Amino acid sequence: MSNLLNISPSPHTHGKDTTKKLMYGVVLALMPALFTSVFYFGTGAVIVTLTSVISCITFEYLIQRFILKKPISITDGSAIVTGLLLAFNLPSNIPVAIIIIGSLIAIGVAKMTFGGLGNNPFNPALVGRVFMLISFPVQMTSWPVPAGFGTGYLDAVTGATPLAIIKEGLKNGESLSGLMEKIPSAFQMFMGKMGGSMGEVAAFALLIGFVYMLYKKIITWHIPVSVIGSIALFTSILWLVNPELNADPLFHILAGGVLLGAIFMATDYVTSPMNPKSMIIYGCGIGILTVIIRVWGAYPEGVSFAILIMNAFVPLMNTYIKPKRFGEEVKNG
Amino acid sequence: MSSTILITIISLSLLALISAVILYFVAQKFKISEDARIDEVQAILPAANCGGCGFAGCRNFAEALVQAETFDGLNCPVGGAEAMGLAAKILGKVAPFVDPLTAVLLCNGTPEFRPRTSIYNGASDCRISHNLYIGETDCSYGCLGNGDCVRACTFDAMYMNNATELPVITDDKCVACGACVKACPRNLIELRKKAKKERKLYVACSNCDKGGPAKRACSVACTGCTKCLKVCEFGAITIENNLAYIDATKCTFCRKCVSECATSSIIEINFPSKKPKAEVLAESVNG
Amino acid sequence: MKTFPSGGIHPPENKLTAEMAIASLPAPESVTIPVSQHIGAPATIIVNKGDYVKTGQIIATSKGFVSSNIHSSVSGKVNKTDTVIDTTGYKQTAVFIDVEGDEWIETIDRSDEIVSEIKLSSDEIIEKCLESGIVGLGGATFPSHIKLKVPAGKKCDFLIINGVECEPFLTSDYRLMVEKGEEILIGVTILMKALGVDKAMFGIENNKPAAIKHLTELSKKFKGISIHALKVKYPQGAEKQLIKALINREVPAGHLPVDVGAVVHNAGTAFAVYEAVQKNKPLFERVVTITGKTMTRPGNFLVRTGTPVRKLIEAAGGLPADTGKIVNGGPMMGKAINNIDVPVVKGTSGIILFPANESERAEINPCIRCARCISVCALKLEPFLLMTLSEKNMFERAEQEGITNCMECGSCSYSCPAGRPILDYVRLGKATVNRLAQERKMQQTATN
Repeated sequence: MSNLLNISPSPHTHGKDTTKKLMYGVVLALMPALFTSVFYFGTGAVIVTLTSVISCITFEYLIQRFILKKPISITDGSAIVTGLLLAFNLPSNIPVAIIIIGSLIAIGVAKMTFGGLGNNPFNPALVGRVFMLISFPVQMTSWPVPAGFGTGYLDAVTGATPLAIIKEGLKNGESLSGLMEKIPSAFQMFMGKMGGSMGEVAAFALLIGFVYMLYKKIITWHIPVSVIGSIALFTSILWLVNPELNADPLFHILAGGVLLGAIFMATDYVTSPMNPKSMIIYGCGIGILTVIIRVWGAYPEGVSFAILIMNAFVPLMNTYIKPKRFGEEVKNG
Repeated sequence: MSSTILITIISLSLLALISAVILYFVAQKFKISEDARIDEVQAILPAANCGGCGFAGCRNFAEALVQAETFDGLNCPVGGAEAMGLAAKILGKVAPFVDPLTAVLLCNGTPEFRPRTSIYNGASDCRISHNLYIGETDCSYGCLGNGDCVRACTFDAMYMNNATELPVITDDKCVACGACVKACPRNLIELRKKAKKERKLYVACSNCDKGGPAKRACSVACTGCTKCLKVCEFGAITIENNLAYIDATKCTFCRKCVSECATSSIIEINFPSKKPKAEVLAESVNG
Repeated sequence: MKTFPSGGIHPPENKLTAEMAIASLPAPESVTIPVSQHIGAPATIIVNKGDYVKTGQIIATSKGFVSSNIHSSVSGKVNKTDTVIDTTGYKQTAVFIDVEGDEWIETIDRSDEIVSEIKLSSDEIIEKCLESGIVGLGGATFPSHIKLKVPAGKKCDFLIINGVECEPFLTSDYRLMVEKGEEILIGVTILMKALGVDKAMFGIENNKPAAIKHLTELSKKFKGISIHALKVKYPQGAEKQLIKALINREVPAGHLPVDVGAVVHNAGTAFAVYEAVQKNKPLFERVVTITGKTMTRPGNFLVRTGTPVRKLIEAAGGLPADTGKIVNGGPMMGKAINNIDVPVVKGTSGIILFPANESERAEINPCIRCARCISVCALKLEPFLLMTLSEKNMFERAEQEGITNCMECGSCSYSCPAGRPILDYVRLGKATVNRLAQERKMQQTATN
């Protein structure tokens, strides 16, 4: 025989999924939300997204090429996902320089210092976002009002998010029912017609992405459902106890970044737990922390903080919460 | 304003004082009396924590040295005679002389000598390919070439030679810690007595098959033909399982076996190039 | 429809040869019969160079408790005993026989008549299986007679027949079930008698409707045998998964199926038992699927053991030019072979040829902790963790994490998007942990 045979241990076939495919699957799932945000926020959305994605890829390339001196892996799509998610968490009128600083923190500090893809304990996009929120609070909290294609970039008309309206109003002693008049209706919020970060507003677009990722088996239902479920449960209790001070659960789910966080941020492979049991605990933790921050905390929105806090518990959960092994407990019958 | 500062200073000082008192008593209570010599001995050890002495780390070895009646059987291959001598001085004991060792690879199956018969495509780990099958060649004893030994070496004394597909040991970096010996699933690395000028003379083969199959698999395999055994005047060569072995403690580097070996499986390293035969004869007669 | 509850994958089935009838491959000019074709101790050779042997004659006898007899698959002269690289990937002792004619030993009943009356007693059946060298033909090749002896103090409630054939490509069991259904069911009845059970459950995956229909029809004539269609999912053919699917009992880690009252035999083994008990024919030939997307005439062949794979490939249309890998067994659990002179053995359920572009492993990327390996593991282990622990030599921790439960089905490596060699390392860890446990045991007995 002229050519030699390959030998390797079994299995000798491999599934079709690759890291790249999964990452681009997430990118595809984010597209509906990207289109709606361009539709609502116009030029600003395009500029912010492009800046964020390009700078994330560039930083990853530069760090791998000149600091780590490792093979370049920017084509695996993980930097694109980080860039998109970071952009989705920003208002569409934020200056380019701030986005670049945020990308540097996201990729440089949160991802590459730990060794790159697969090793970062915290979600890079969220670390970048929280860094920007703390460092540039004014720019990060002046939300453009969704006005359609005509909306400019830096000169967009700004307004407050529904969550901020409620929080401020309650602090000033206004009644909740009066405040609810000032914010968009539930249907408008579902369609995304409200102030907020460019990617988080359109609930329906995010849900399309969720269904797509479930269908493609990119993620499982455990984390998103437990995050949303625990928020619904917790806010229902608060609402039933005192409907004058606490908004209804539907408002809490549609307002702010709950859907974006639950579907795309909390499910980030690297920073989420690995077995179904811990996934549900993790999701519930995020939900409860979010509501606590929203209702009693200083910030009107708390999804990013909640996810980052729960990220810190993931290694612990992976070590101590184990799936029940096959044959561990004999049940006959 | 000034009262605030005053209260702050007083309260913090009080806190510091109380903490200091607590720490002092706790330290007294939980004091561990340890032989001070352990620290001294540890200081002269190389701190490589390689495990070459058979203990988990340098600290454990230092403890063992302090507790030991004699130094027999205790040796730090990395520090060598120098470190052991210093340790002996501290502890008032005698360090027996231990031959310094160096690692050699008992396989010379380069692709040229040992033709490849398959391509290994699994995880790059010798233990895995060893458990899986005979290897990329027909020799079930030889080097698999996935570099477990290189990864095990913490002294940067080994590297894979891509042309020969065999690991190479850098003599001046090798400290004979034995990590590679343990790492090799086919036991192809031996620690041999170090000779002057880094000279090495050994049978670079581990094939226990009979002559025919061994030679078919690899042209430089030892066939156990006993030619070297007959020529050796010092009884340094033994043959077991169709495989010759040269005892480094008995070998005088006369190099007679090298030219006798029909398959060139005995190799010599760092020797001066061969002189014409007449001169060699003259020298051996004179010497 | 029944299946096992957790984990599992759906690899492309690729059953190219499902409709190809079993063809008999004539004996080659020479055969190489390894003496270790089963799990356990190699058999001891009892023939000498130059001896004339007949087809079906014992040439090596079982040695020790877990071992099996080896029979000559041809008639002819023993040329030599030597080592040869066989399906284990290592050199093993084998008997080389030059074929002369085809003279079978007289006791074998070569007629096509189906003998349904079982004359032998339970013990005689077990003795016959030992004598005839019957081993599990699903691929594990565990000597069958041992599985037929129910240990004292244990009770077997069900005989489970494995007709799942969940490995992609392979169709040898399927063809047997379609063509030799009645013989198989008689074989099942024999096994039931040997075990002393009155219920047998025959599990077949739903992608084989012809076999299910045929056997359901036939089983009406047999008492106590029920045919069960199972949802298609790999690795349903694994003993523990099949028991879970059929009778919903979980075999505890480190225990045997008989501990939950079940004994599992393969459909092919049932056929071999029929032949041994009713026809006096020892196990020296089996049905082998030879297949591959590039093969010109893939098929199912009745092959004598010891036939070089080369002959099979020739019968199936020759070796395609770009063949990059040849696998003995299924693509999920089979073993790649070194060259095409490797002999067919009792455990060879199929030979699969992969073209060069499908024979190389994917590039290895970092683990992204997508948890797919955990979700597909039928034993609910954490393969990614076991891999890392083995890689870093942390075998004690790996043992605590249940590495020895792994049955090496390969679902984790199959589904890893980063192309990590998970099973390679898990298998290494499992072997090392087992070795260390044995060493510990020996040390304990030594000190006691």
